[in-house]
Amino acid sequence: MQETEATREAAQVRRNWLLSLPALCLLAAGAIGPLFIMLVYSFLTPGKYGNVEWIFSLDAWRGILFTRDIFDDTLKLADAHLTIFWRSVRLSFMTTVFTFVVGFPTAWFIATRAPRWRAFWLFLITIPFWTNLLIRTFAINQIIRNEGFLNTALIKIGVISEPLNLLYTDLAVFVGMTYVYLPLMVLPLYAAIERFDHRLLEAGYDLYASRLAVLRRIIFPTVKPGIIAGSILVFIPSLGAYVTPRILGGGRNMMIGNFIDLQFGQGRNWPLGASLSVLLLVVVTAALLIYVRFANRDGGHG
Amino acid sequence: MSSDDALIEIVDVTKAFGAGERRFLALGGVNATIRKGEFFTLLGPSGCGKTTLLRLIAGFELPSSGEIRLDGQEIGHLPPFRRPVNTVFQNYALFPHMTVAQNIAFGLEMLGKPKAEIAATVERMLTLVKMTELAGRRTDQLSGGQQQRVALARALAPQPKLLLLDEPLSALDLKLRKEMQVELKRIQHETGITFIFVTHDQEEALTMSDRIAVMSRGQILQIGTPREIYAHPTNRFVADFIGETNFLRAAVKGGRAVLGPGVELPLAAGTADGEVTLAIRPEHIRLVPEGAAGALSATVGDATYFGTDSHVHLTLADGTGIVARQQTDPEGTQGPQAGAVLGVTFPPSAVQVLED
Ligand SMILES: Nc1ncnc2c1ncn2[C@@H]1O[C@H](COP(=O)(O)OP(=O)(O)OP(=O)(O)O)[C@@H](O)[C@H]1O
Ligand SMILES: [Mg+2]
Repeated sequence: MQETEATREAAQVRRNWLLSLPALCLLAAGAIGPLFIMLVYSFLTPGKYGNVEWIFSLDAWRGILFTRDIFDDTLKLADAHLTIFWRSVRLSFMTTVFTFVVGFPTAWFIATRAPRWRAFWLFLITIPFWTNLLIRTFAINQIIRNEGFLNTALIKIGVISEPLNLLYTDLAVFVGMTYVYLPLMVLPLYAAIERFDHRLLEAGYDLYASRLAVLRRIIFPTVKPGIIAGSILVFIPSLGAYVTPRILGGGRNMMIGNFIDLQFGQGRNWPLGASLSVLLLVVVTAALLIYVRFANRDGGHG
Repeated sequence: MSSDDALIEIVDVTKAFGAGERRFLALGGVNATIRKGEFFTLLGPSGCGKTTLLRLIAGFELPSSGEIRLDGQEIGHLPPFRRPVNTVFQNYALFPHMTVAQNIAFGLEMLGKPKAEIAATVERMLTLVKMTELAGRRTDQLSGGQQQRVALARALAPQPKLLLLDEPLSALDLKLRKEMQVELKRIQHETGITFIFVTHDQEEALTMSDRIAVMSRGQILQIGTPREIYAHPTNRFVADFIGETNFLRAAVKGGRAVLGPGVELPLAAGTADGEVTLAIRPEHIRLVPEGAAGALSATVGDATYFGTDSHVHLTLADGTGIVARQQTDPEGTQGPQAGAVLGVTFPPSAVQVLED
């Protein structure tokens, strides 16, 4: 009796696998296929008018950090590339920190409203998602450009006499990314804070903890899964951001995303573009693995 | 009571929630003095303001008016972390991201005690609540009873002057509850810390407390030892809430309560003429043959047999229903039969005159 049960179960499992096979194949082809092509391309030689020539080369990988001097053919550290990487990491990090600083009180505020109001506040947070990213970014562009709303207003009330040069700076990119990614920080923080048992606060105060100590020793550790999730959700897309630095940073303040785009366009260096993409993927995966490690150590929620 | 053995003095404390139309007076003028080393219990039905009073003493709420003094110092407006008072929360509120030992150490760390002292105190607390083996466990892996012990140890570790316990045993099953009642008494005895304990279980209150304050609708109705509260309730609510009681209306004439023709009881001197309510415990009612001297006549309704005793329901001539508790006699004779007419008498000392 038990045996037939077991065989029937095994047959069921096999049938399930068979039935989902087409979907799995499609997923594999759609998700892993392009990545595989990227990986292969990163080991090839750039073609003259874009595309690749099927000649094995490590130049694309070397090219991430080094450039070959045109005159004496020696390898030199590619300062321009390093500047772009550094800007990407720095701006993404700043964006993550700043969205947290702004997002935490926001999420706390929403999570401590009466339950029937929470949906309303969350709804407000998600409103920006209704408009296309490109349009929203152009809107910021309009606000901060020299003849834009902000400068005009500041000059009108006499705070400044010359327009502030805000557009096409790192600051503009930072502001834009903070604006775009803030909801991605607020939502997981909200989810974590909503589950937070507010009676723990009283327990903390009762045991002589000051407000700051309660925040550091009780609130942050218990909502840590939310903090990590929010940070990952902001940091990863920031690192690969394309639209925001393109529109608010202009041509000069490139981030990795724009740099990769350049290789497939004017740069005509597809293998370098491919190797940069693979590198970005590896960095992102590493960040995710670290997240999973952290989350698991704290009881596995999130 | 001399004022120097008073630890907490609660003076005319009121607490209102909300404002305007929705204003609700949760405590309406509470007065109490709690002595050092006392096991003091707040007893009352749900919603009477026990938790509110405790939260005022802990500092989670501020009084609307009145004073709370600790060792003669007004503390009613200090934040909780400035009061040498700790709480055992009803749901325990243990820190889920910390181990048992870390939970116990938390208060000491916040007070900035030296590391060595913290370690020694944590060790002592673990022994006190018999949790030494589980020191390294995370608190979400503990049973209810174990969490209870950790909550107790965590609150006791900073050696507060006063420990507040809000229905700490209500989440435990009966057996564990009895066990923890004994443990709590032992721990209080060993630490010498003053306990204010909240319960709505009268048996728990009677067995554990040095003194009980019976509360109803934001008021303390009576404060006294368990014996005083049980034997000499001063009002109808207390008499009814603690144990079972029969209430009888009686006319007062010349310092005597007249219950019926020829049935009179002497009252305390100075009782004015008029009507009073008397309280008599079921176990103090004696059943005698009808027509005996000084007996009221009563008709037996039904009797419920409980083994050690039986409860006999009777109806008096004026229609008042009363219950008498009869010890089972050694011969095991049959109790009174339904419909029989008997006489009932009360020893004068067992009758309480209630103020209403
Ligand atoms: N924050 C608050 N806002 C408004 N009303 C409150 C608040 N806290 C308590 N109350 C009201 O005050 C009254 C007393 O509440 P409290 O919690 O002190 O009762 P309790 O005696 O502890 O009852 P229980 O035995 O059910 O715990 C209740 O009617 C309650 O609804
Ligand atoms: Mg309560």
